[in-house]
Amino acid sequence: MAIVVRNLTKRFPPGRREKEGLLAVSDVSFSVPEGHLVALLGPSGSGKSTILRIIAGLEVPDRGTVELEGRDVIGVPVHKRGVGFVFQHYALFKHATVARNIAFGLEVRKWPRAQVRERVEELLDLVQLRGYADRYPAQLSGGQRQRVALARALAPRPSVLLLDEPFGALDTKVRHTLASQLRRLHDEVHTTTVFVTHDQEEAIEIADEIVVVNRGRVEQIGAAEEIYDRPCSRFVASFIGNVNVLEGVVEDGLLRLGRERLAAPGLAVPPAAGELVLLVRPEDVEIAPAGIAVAGAGPEGAGLEAEIRHVHYRGDRFEIDLDLGGLAVRMVEPKPVGRAAARQPGERVRIRFHSHAVFDTPDQHDLIRRQMRSLGYLE
Amino acid sequence: MAEPPVSRPGRRDGAWSRRILIGIVLAWVAVLVLFPLLALVRGAWREGLGAALAALREPTARQAFALTFWITLAAVVVNTIGGVLLALVLVRQRFFGKLLLEGIVDLPFSVSPVVAGFMFLVLFGPHGWLGRWFEAGGIRIVYAVPGMALATIFVTLPFVAREVVPVFRECGLEQEEAARTLGANGWQAFWRVTLPSVRWGLAYGVTLTVARALGEFGAVLVVSGSIIGRTQTATLHIHQEYTDFHYAGAFAASLALACVSFVLLAAMELAQKRARDSRA
Repeated sequence: MAIVVRNLTKRFPPGRREKEGLLAVSDVSFSVPEGHLVALLGPSGSGKSTILRIIAGLEVPDRGTVELEGRDVIGVPVHKRGVGFVFQHYALFKHATVARNIAFGLEVRKWPRAQVRERVEELLDLVQLRGYADRYPAQLSGGQRQRVALARALAPRPSVLLLDEPFGALDTKVRHTLASQLRRLHDEVHTTTVFVTHDQEEAIEIADEIVVVNRGRVEQIGAAEEIYDRPCSRFVASFIGNVNVLEGVVEDGLLRLGRERLAAPGLAVPPAAGELVLLVRPEDVEIAPAGIAVAGAGPEGAGLEAEIRHVHYRGDRFEIDLDLGGLAVRMVEPKPVGRAAARQPGERVRIRFHSHAVFDTPDQHDLIRRQMRSLGYLE
Repeated sequence: MAEPPVSRPGRRDGAWSRRILIGIVLAWVAVLVLFPLLALVRGAWREGLGAALAALREPTARQAFALTFWITLAAVVVNTIGGVLLALVLVRQRFFGKLLLEGIVDLPFSVSPVVAGFMFLVLFGPHGWLGRWFEAGGIRIVYAVPGMALATIFVTLPFVAREVVPVFRECGLEQEEAARTLGANGWQAFWRVTLPSVRWGLAYGVTLTVARALGEFGAVLVVSGSIIGRTQTATLHIHQEYTDFHYAGAFAASLALACVSFVLLAAMELAQKRARDSRA
């Protein structure tokens, strides 16, 4: 294991008017295998940047250990840890040229000049910035600065590369390109890499594993597919991808959603009473064809009664907003092949779910809704 | 209520008001700066170039200019180091009384130089709080060069700090953190990253210090006792010459000092421009 993090805890000191400081990181443990590209994913304020900085040595945890290549580095100062760090706003040395920036880590280690020059050329090639050696950071675009920051961090051949929201400061078009470039770079260089992001699309796209973090705690660790298809907590299910949050009440052992009732909605032992939250991804909602005998909302069932409210054309697909007895459901339907009629608002249909997740204790439900609203997933 | 009509500057209106504005500024600069300078040059030539040069070669003149040089140098060295340290403390550290310290740094601006001179006279005089210790050790502070240097250091104290602090604050911590992740220890990070990032602000602060130190009069007059040939700076020498009716000497020395100041003005402008550019 290239990086092992155990029981990290950090509380920031309280400000003048606070009684208690912010508990930024709480008992976080995970490990990163050699040569892997891992994403620390979570909403703003979840503590992911703090975890990264603790690994780098820029912050000191209150409790816990960090091992780099088997060596305990708590207590080892930053400049002796051999980690490369790329800051969100790059922190390039404004007074130095691109070449001097990249060479910094080597000059500090007193490498001979010829070797320094060679290595700088090598890295300029790697990040495709040949010819930019004598430019100053002020003369570069955001994407170019990010590549210089990357080259600079990689120059001294660190054992671990850490990136703090590397694409945060860039516009969306550039982000996607750079994300794939980062992946390609990683495949070439094979340095163990951890990057922090709040954009789950990025994480899903390029990471080998994702560590989902929320409010200082690790929620789930796994490959993209596992996290998307088998979320182990309500937070993970609602944070990754789009999801419909359907609140239902349990009556007589059946879950009532809107005007319909569902049996055994996926819990091993359905509670006798109480409230449940059903999470369904838009692509898992299907309009059931007419005439199915089997009742229920499962993949073979006749479906639940719903009315189409809006149909949004998205070029390659339709996004349909439905009203399920007072509950709002959004679904995604591919463009109909041939000249089949498009769905119309006001149409009454029956919808069924191919896959869903159920969670109880909906008193935390408000929190999810608020979080998702702030992330733009809900209106 | 109807708004007054906005007069769109037609080509003719614009050109005229611009010309008038430029004319006013030029006239103002001429009266306040150019004419006095020309008068100075004329005064120095009054008894001919030879007399002017001879006056400058007098031992009293030479000692005065030399003293100005050394005191200015001392002020620059002490306040550069002190100013950078002050900036480091004010920007990076949190401690009780930080605001007070910031205010104290600005104190020399609000105190009249003559008053400052008296402060040092009282403090470092033979019976002063600090002076008595130096007297006991046989070191004379007031009415001697050390006192003059101290007084000059005091009046030029704020310049470097005030220039470096905002630039330093703007730079932020990240560049230094980056340097440390790249393997630089504290000292290396300071030399290679922190200082270069504030270098133009620092340069500007230094030129301000030099300009101010060269022109210092009131404080050194009080502290030094203006002893001819011993404790006179260039400014005090000029004052002395004029009081003794040695006009050629006074004008020649004034012109010499003015020339040095102008060279510095040019350097100041350059540093300021670079500082502005680097902040962009």
